[in-house]
Amino acid sequence: MSISTEKVETLAHLARLSFTAEEKENMREDLEKILAMCEALKQVDTEGVEPLIYMTETHNELRQDDVIQEISHEQALKNAPKSDSDFFRVPKVIDGQ
Amino acid sequence: MKHYTRIQDIRQDLEAGLISCAQLVEHYLEREQANRHLNAFVEVWADEARARASEVDAKVQAGTAGRLAGAVIALKDNLSYEGHKVSNSSRILEGYEALFTATSVERLWQEDAILIGRTNCDEFAMGASNENSAFGPVKNAADPTRVPGGSSGGSAVAVQAGMAHASLGTDTGGSIRQPAAFTGLFGSKPTYGLISRWGLLAYASSFDQVGPLTQSLEDNMLLTEIMAGPDGKDASMSQAPAPTYRSAQAPSKARFAVMRQALEHEGMDAEVVAQTKALMAKLEAAGHEVSVFDFPLLDAMVPTYYVLTTAEASSNLSRYSGMMYGYRSPNATDLESTYTLSRTEGFGAEVKRRIMLGTFVLSSDQYDAYYNKAQQVRAVIRQQTDEILASADAILIPTTSTPAFELGEKSKDPVAMYLADLFTVQANLAGNPAISIPLFKNEQGLPIGMQLLGKREEEQSLFDLSKLLVDLVF
Repeated sequence: MSISTEKVETLAHLARLSFTAEEKENMREDLEKILAMCEALKQVDTEGVEPLIYMTETHNELRQDDVIQEISHEQALKNAPKSDSDFFRVPKVIDGQ
Repeated sequence: MKHYTRIQDIRQDLEAGLISCAQLVEHYLEREQANRHLNAFVEVWADEARARASEVDAKVQAGTAGRLAGAVIALKDNLSYEGHKVSNSSRILEGYEALFTATSVERLWQEDAILIGRTNCDEFAMGASNENSAFGPVKNAADPTRVPGGSSGGSAVAVQAGMAHASLGTDTGGSIRQPAAFTGLFGSKPTYGLISRWGLLAYASSFDQVGPLTQSLEDNMLLTEIMAGPDGKDASMSQAPAPTYRSAQAPSKARFAVMRQALEHEGMDAEVVAQTKALMAKLEAAGHEVSVFDFPLLDAMVPTYYVLTTAEASSNLSRYSGMMYGYRSPNATDLESTYTLSRTEGFGAEVKRRIMLGTFVLSSDQYDAYYNKAQQVRAVIRQQTDEILASADAILIPTTSTPAFELGEKSKDPVAMYLADLFTVQANLAGNPAISIPLFKNEQGLPIGMQLLGKREEEQSLFDLSKLLVDLVF
């Protein structure tokens, strides 16, 4: 499968990544190589095969819907790149108009 | 100091007063100092390990010590340990400190393990050479111009070079077994769902498992047993009661199935093939059954693995947004650029490549052709694996096609690197347990590991068969 530069740009946007022109070209080539390797999937007959999604017999192992305080407010903010005493600080989302 | 390969021997000498945990810790710390060039550790908790050692020494005196008293253990840098940094060897988690402890680590702690530090790994456990780390590559102690394997390369070298008695790694497609093979250790990945993933920083959730890297089979069994069993914090686990293992006993007659392609594949190292064939002959001579089977799906395994794990990774790694923890780009000016620049500057090249591939296979126009198809192929791989194991006790294959390769040898070509996982991904795709056993060395003295892949939830049998191989060769 051939991958265009535009496709790389679309994927990068979806994944919230950015690349220089040179990185884009390398990424384009790498994706093409990897997808060429993945052509082997098409050789496998999967007619009527249910996809394997759950790896154990356990489906929906439910627990009681109890409220548990696992971390404190202070702990939650501990690793924040930017915070004040109560909140995570993030760049302005809506402009002032 | 006497070299210990088994926790039970350490325990015996502790109780006889021949040695103390304090002495053991000093010994490993000295070894760590002397082996800094191997770059195995990201952080060493020297003072804490010393304090813990005196605590455990007191417990030994009082007769209240747990089963891991005297075991000095290193943790891969993707396992959470409350109050300690954990970074997945990525810049994006720079400065991040765990708020809770992984269940696997907690269970070792409860048995009085001494935790000595966190070990370097491929960033987000993505790699087979430990060259994709924000902290630089780890080097193989058997030959520092060679890789230790990955992604748990630091965990492997920490034990290989005597800087810890044992270590924990994680295995998504071979990340415990492949470095174990390259460094001459026992490395196992349990049945999917046997050991809790709580506190393990996720890469691909339907593949990831925690497991031990050890110098002996006995330790491998002990650490697995201690970590195994249901945990309310991981809903994907098997709900079967926690297993207990008796001492491994080699069965008098066992049936091994060997994949023909593993003997004939073009990338196979001649010495690895020769050792495998010699082992097969030895098994037959000892009265065991060795059958060779064809596995045409071999060429589909690595692609299936990459489609599914990158899809899961692109989803799991979306949480690294620069908002609530980890690295935030100082160059960002608004919300969108905070996401994009933090991720672009925080993730390394291989992680980005996998996120991009995962985003591709999950995109609406490719979903059926790749993601859904790979889930179907995964079902076929599991079914065919089960069929082989219906008439054999274990699949026997070399853990890797070659011994440890040279630093830089495969880092330019992602496809060549991905094929380093050729024989290990089957266990993760099918959810089966597998172990790499350090049976041989090549002419240059580089370790060669043999792998056994067993039936799901039958670790005891896998350990018994491992004992059989060890007894046969040594």
